[in-house]
Amino acid sequence: MSETRTSGGLVGWIDDRFPMTKMWREHVSEYYAPKNFNFWYYFGSLALLTLVIQVVTGIFLTMNYVPSDARAFQSVEYIMRDVQWGWLIRYIHTTGASAFFIVVYLHMFRALLYGSHQKPRELLWLFGCLIFLALMAEAFMGYMLPWGQMSYWGAQVIISLFGTIPYIGPDLAQWIRGDFVVSEITLNRFFALHVVAVPLVIIFLVVAHILALHEVGSNNPDGVDIKKNKDENGVPKDGIPFHPYYTVKDLVGVGVYFILFSVIVFYLPEFFGMFIEAPNFEKANPQVTPDHIAPVWYFAAFYAMLRGVPDAFGGVVVMGTAVLILFVLPWLDRGKVRSIRYRGLSYKVALTLFALSFVLLTYLGTQPPTTVYTMLARLGTVVYFGFFVFLFIYTAFGLEKTKPVPERVTS
Amino acid sequence: MNQEGADKSRRRFLTAATSVVGGVGAAFLAVPFIAYWRPSARAQAAGAPVEVDISGLEPGQLINVKWRGNPVWLFRRSEEQLEELDTIEDVLRDPDSSQPQQPEYAQNQYRSIKPEIMVLVGICTHLGCSPLYRPEEKPEGIDDKWVGGFFCPCHGSYFDLAGRVYQGVPAPLNLEVPPYYFIDDSTVLVGEDEEGAA
Repeated sequence: MSETRTSGGLVGWIDDRFPMTKMWREHVSEYYAPKNFNFWYYFGSLALLTLVIQVVTGIFLTMNYVPSDARAFQSVEYIMRDVQWGWLIRYIHTTGASAFFIVVYLHMFRALLYGSHQKPRELLWLFGCLIFLALMAEAFMGYMLPWGQMSYWGAQVIISLFGTIPYIGPDLAQWIRGDFVVSEITLNRFFALHVVAVPLVIIFLVVAHILALHEVGSNNPDGVDIKKNKDENGVPKDGIPFHPYYTVKDLVGVGVYFILFSVIVFYLPEFFGMFIEAPNFEKANPQVTPDHIAPVWYFAAFYAMLRGVPDAFGGVVVMGTAVLILFVLPWLDRGKVRSIRYRGLSYKVALTLFALSFVLLTYLGTQPPTTVYTMLARLGTVVYFGFFVFLFIYTAFGLEKTKPVPERVTS
Repeated sequence: MNQEGADKSRRRFLTAATSVVGGVGAAFLAVPFIAYWRPSARAQAAGAPVEVDISGLEPGQLINVKWRGNPVWLFRRSEEQLEELDTIEDVLRDPDSSQPQQPEYAQNQYRSIKPEIMVLVGICTHLGCSPLYRPEEKPEGIDDKWVGGFFCPCHGSYFDLAGRVYQGVPAPLNLEVPPYYFIDDSTVLVGEDEEGAA
């Protein structure tokens, strides 16, 4: 403690009792990040910012939302019409949900670009995957709360997916619902999970994610290990302190992000029926099924895979595997080189196809299933999984022809 | 931890024993938290299976009971009506009940366990109205062959006496057959399969 003590006064008093200055140095002012971060490195801090936005707006929404069959829909309308500035708080929260997924998907893609999932960052990647999983649960349960038609029927469809599991399925689905159909009982427990349980899990995982990052150090667009080249003080030669360099850089990203975010909140809050779907402006009615039940866009890729498989349980398995396969990525990718800049041409092609298949599946998942679309969804699913199969064969059997990796990061 | 003079095997035993006892306690404690999520007594009462006495049900007669908030119809079809079901298959959307709108034991020609006794959830598969029972006279505005069935006044969908939907109407699916079984010849339990699971 005493060696970190820099001043007397209040800071010194606190530092003798709590590692405040020590933590600030370790994680901010003396955390050395590679100096060659580019555009793709905005999304980590933006994801953290979005989490804060969601927590704050969520707390305020909770003050007027009532999780009951009779009043949930009405209370959301009340927030939108009668509560002072309620419309703004709610639109920030709904936009934040979609923004969260945009940012997280780009953040994950960055890892694939520069090999940030590879050794020694496997655990960092795993924490990230768990955050993604928790985020999906959080978003799904949150979408149910307004108790509109799509809230109700979306929940109905997703929960019934668990019902397709052999033997335990029907009982499991009933256990999740707490009733024989989706009802107020389901709404109440989803409310508890959405506002208390899952956010706690996410915050805990985010802390673990950042601690793991700071333990192994940040990767960079060259995939070069900057800890190999240190100066006489033990500081990486290619590293710069996170503060002030990256705090200021990230502020620029935050500025642009807020501009785009505001455009959506103020001008396109429903975002063409993609952030808030039209049937959700109608109160949940268990006896009336909407013509076309489509998930919100961020689940659509996985939903398209589910629908593409003719067998119900088979579809659930494919959809679940599509998410879970991310967890084993660090062990599928045996590549010797991290960054796409120095990886083989086939990796570049494969990653491009993978990204395109995900975008295609996302589109298809929001559309009604026609014969052509179903065939396309199957094709997209094959490409999606094909990426992982290819990556393993390509790297495990030494087929990848890499370019020489520089000793130091390039500017 | 101080290892000096420690009886390591005793220490290991005590650590393991404490862990096991604690683990068993935690497992027991988990039970109420998991069971808390099962349907409450109120939900179970509202969703309980319904026992229906059909001993007095004459051919053509329909009993309307309520199960899980929805109307369920039980009615007796005559020999003649059963025979006529065959004659309209070419104008039906799903004459063989290939869509999962019934339990396995009702996936047959008559969509029922006993041919003459029909059990249906009385909710139109279009937009959830409750169709009307028209066992004989043809509702107005229908050109297809009519051998008795159900007509939905909301958007004009119609179904035969096995709840099978006609082609060219808004309803996409046959009417749903709920799980049910015969406790004895004159009593039907609606809402539960014979083996128990609803």
